[in-house]
Amino acid sequence: MPVITMREALRQAMQEEMRRDPTVFLMGEEVANSDGAYKVSQGMLDEFGPDRVVDTPIAENGFAGLGVGAAMAGMRPIIEFMTFNFSLVAYDQVINGAAKVYQMSAGQYRCPIVFRGPNGHAENLAAQHSTSADSLYAHFPGLKVVSPSTPYDATGLLKTAIRDDNPVIFFESELMYAHKGEVPDAEYLIPFGQAELKRDGTDVTLITWGKPVHTCLAAAAQLEAEGISAQVLDLRTLRPLDHDAIFNAVAKTHRAVVVQEGHLFAGVGAEISARIMESAFDLLDAPVLRVTNRDVPQPYATNLEKLVVIDSARVAAAARTVMGRS
Amino acid sequence: MPDFPLPPPLPASPLPDLDKAGLLPLWEQMLTIRRVEEMAAKAYTERKILGFCHLYIGQESVAVGAAAACRPEDRWVTGYREHGQAMAKGVPPRAMMAELFGKRTGAAHGLGGSMHIFDQSVHFMGGYGIVGAQCALGTGVAWSLKHLRTGAVCLTWFGDGAANQGAFFESMCLAQLYRLPVVFVCENNLYAMGTSVERSSALTDMSLRGLGVGMMREQIDGFDVENVRHRMGAAIEYARAGQGPVIVEVVTYRHRGHSMSDPAKYRKPGELEEKKKSSDPTVITELRLRELGATEAELAAIRERVEVVAKDAYEFADASPPPDPADLYRYTYAPART
Repeated sequence: MPVITMREALRQAMQEEMRRDPTVFLMGEEVANSDGAYKVSQGMLDEFGPDRVVDTPIAENGFAGLGVGAAMAGMRPIIEFMTFNFSLVAYDQVINGAAKVYQMSAGQYRCPIVFRGPNGHAENLAAQHSTSADSLYAHFPGLKVVSPSTPYDATGLLKTAIRDDNPVIFFESELMYAHKGEVPDAEYLIPFGQAELKRDGTDVTLITWGKPVHTCLAAAAQLEAEGISAQVLDLRTLRPLDHDAIFNAVAKTHRAVVVQEGHLFAGVGAEISARIMESAFDLLDAPVLRVTNRDVPQPYATNLEKLVVIDSARVAAAARTVMGRS
Repeated sequence: MPDFPLPPPLPASPLPDLDKAGLLPLWEQMLTIRRVEEMAAKAYTERKILGFCHLYIGQESVAVGAAAACRPEDRWVTGYREHGQAMAKGVPPRAMMAELFGKRTGAAHGLGGSMHIFDQSVHFMGGYGIVGAQCALGTGVAWSLKHLRTGAVCLTWFGDGAANQGAFFESMCLAQLYRLPVVFVCENNLYAMGTSVERSSALTDMSLRGLGVGMMREQIDGFDVENVRHRMGAAIEYARAGQGPVIVEVVTYRHRGHSMSDPAKYRKPGELEEKKKSSDPTVITELRLRELGATEAELAAIRERVEVVAKDAYEFADASPPPDPADLYRYTYAPART
């Protein structure tokens, strides 16, 4: 099976869908002539031409809203945010427009659109370029929210996102674009709402999605050396959420740690933790813990940044705590 | 003179003048909007219509004149003062009023309400409640109309208040850059909520904002439905021909407050009375019809028909059932097409 990078896997999904459906187009800042800020769309302008791979001015509110209107009128836009930090300028178009128009119109207008781009911190990007927007988008009914952790999942989930008739928020990561993994040449799709156990284990479940999946896998390896068997559940999509997979994992290990980027307060981790408490309280041998970025805006300096972002040591420490071994 | 090339003036109207037979239906549409809106005001005071309710009374000539210059396949996207636009585009008064009443027979099954009227069958793509945001939606609709080669145009409506929003400016930038078939229609009714246009903007002709992106523009008188039809026709056919977007500012005046709860005390003393006397679009067109030879009997017959339609809309809405609670989650997500 070919081994490709995450950025190539994302490109493969877009290329396949654009070849399949002439109404799909990609729009965003520097996606055409410059191949995208992170080279995700490299070569796509040559293949599909400037009507389908479209550079925009720096006007996120405008081109996100343009995408929503285009989706309502029969096309299937992929809107690239250079990063999800800048999506906040377009938040109104996504929340008040894309997420709500199907209901406001009583089903008369669908909004098949994908908003994609890197989310969360990278390295030394400081406060305004390190936002994790997961909880900002997962909060709203009407949106679907996807966050792959591997090239294989990225291709399968992005193809599903492009074919979905609802607005989809698709989170990528600057720190994962160069990650490599096996992606088959043959076409496949991954349905939304299906978590995947990225590592099996018996003592504690680390529940996570996106980039922290790798942090959790590293923590699980550390824990194994200490005789703790940790399993890593990758949610893959936050809306729809695979509640059954969460329940089954907790029923198996009776201990869970939720690991998310972004802030602790009112994060998606709180939602998952609450659901476990509501549906699986009697199965728990210890309270569910959350490991998140610290509750401060991201600092620039390397030593402070390391204190803020989650790492495998903090995940492992939380796992020891729920195991009663701290 | 500015040191950049100004876009040329909007061309002459491509439409022939209307005779009496052509103008009578436009007058009837304006009266229908007027009477249905007055019925809505009555229903609001009876608490049959709740929440926000922004009436179009005084501006009827703008929507009716624009509709007369459109083809059926042209799309409209607009703000929340949209009852009159919806009816002018072809939303039946019954479905419009039932939506205001929050009934399942409404244009959006009671899910949208006064600010969110939708009717795909006549390409009325919605009223929106976030001031100015709809400008970007209309620009995107025009993107698809162009690339799907439909030959249709999107009219994107907003008010003088929205002309200060960033979404409006970004939309103009994109529409002009991509030469999209969109006509931005700014209804300048002189007040953004309770703030007069002079107190909102140093430049009060909002169409001039188009010059900043190189867009063809015109400010027009909106009280005469024939003038609106001609000038909108020029703008719409320019956009349809693929030459790019146009911004038209239509000067108009609303007779009611911003919403039903607004007594409009911010107007200058005597202003409303003067405007009603000099600039009521239904009166202006009635006078024109008399010049064209319309008889008292013809006009009276239309008034009677309009009365029946408005009363019928109210009674239909009142008698209709509310939405089915079982449908609460039905439209949160679109199901996959089979």
